[in-house]
Amino acid sequence: MTVAVNPSQTGEPVFYLADEHPHPEGWSTSLGFWIYLMSDCLIFAILFATFGVLGGNYAAGPAPKDLFDLNLVAVNTSMLLLSSITYGFAMLTMQQNKVAQTQVWLAITGLFGLAFIGIELTEFAHMIHEGATPQRSAFLSAFFTLVGTHGLHVSCGLIWLVTLMVQVGKFGLIEANRRRLMCLSMFWHFLDVVWIGVFTFVYLLGVLR
Amino acid sequence: MSTDTHTAGANGHHHDDGHAHGSFSTYMLGFVLSVVLTAIPFWLVMSGALPSKQVTALVIMAFAVVQIVVHMIYFLHMNTTSENGWSMMALIFTIVMVVIALSGSLWVMSHLNSNMMPMHEMTGMK
Repeated sequence: MTVAVNPSQTGEPVFYLADEHPHPEGWSTSLGFWIYLMSDCLIFAILFATFGVLGGNYAAGPAPKDLFDLNLVAVNTSMLLLSSITYGFAMLTMQQNKVAQTQVWLAITGLFGLAFIGIELTEFAHMIHEGATPQRSAFLSAFFTLVGTHGLHVSCGLIWLVTLMVQVGKFGLIEANRRRLMCLSMFWHFLDVVWIGVFTFVYLLGVLR
Repeated sequence: MSTDTHTAGANGHHHDDGHAHGSFSTYMLGFVLSVVLTAIPFWLVMSGALPSKQVTALVIMAFAVVQIVVHMIYFLHMNTTSENGWSMMALIFTIVMVVIALSGSLWVMSHLNSNMMPMHEMTGMK
């Protein structure tokens, strides 16, 4: 079978270059991480939809008006907002190669994040103590799932933050650490965006209902 | 881009990775805007300044949407050119998915509620 099966005029096989040119390490990390955040956004969208459907089913149990203390939520929101701006300052000092200042701003961000988690856990403990457990009603199941998932994300962000502080302390602001800090920055600000949805739809609209 | 002037990294080279970084003024502007956009809805609900609950609900939802856009621009540095527009494409796709999931669930389930629930329970809900 040596007849003209080859499309090439010269009879030579045709090759295509699969890898056109080498890319620097981590060149696609920020886009990949952004796509991860978007998939995380879908998780929260489903939890918000669940809360939207079940948020009015109190099963004759406590309603948002009886449970939520908006002063506490306002304090909590400001903690997360402040942690967002301090993380922004950490990114700015990182761009100026100031290792010590970056570490200080990261530490302050971590403290604000810790305050947020602390206040949220206090609120949860208070609610559970009053009998408003996740088992009490569909509203409370949806509430604890949505707000708890957000809190879990913030907790993971805190662990990540401490890990990166150790990394920066050990290796300095090398290219890899800059990339990691940038990913955590996107993660942290993304969680703040989700919290806007939480305080508006869960707390404010809940109390208004 | 404003990042061109800053010094090279620890390993001697710094390549421009194609996304915006923001400056002190843009971060502060975003922070001030988000504080204002958070404070107003909280004040509206806590003081009951608006007489109608429905109007209050619509206003605070509008504030939330504006604040999300502010965070996207000033904190997440979203623009149409970063990553050759792919991050914006991913965002638009996600927003479409979120809108379908949210509005679809609420719409279908409210219909289900009003069609399936016995009458005496429905009057008990209100």
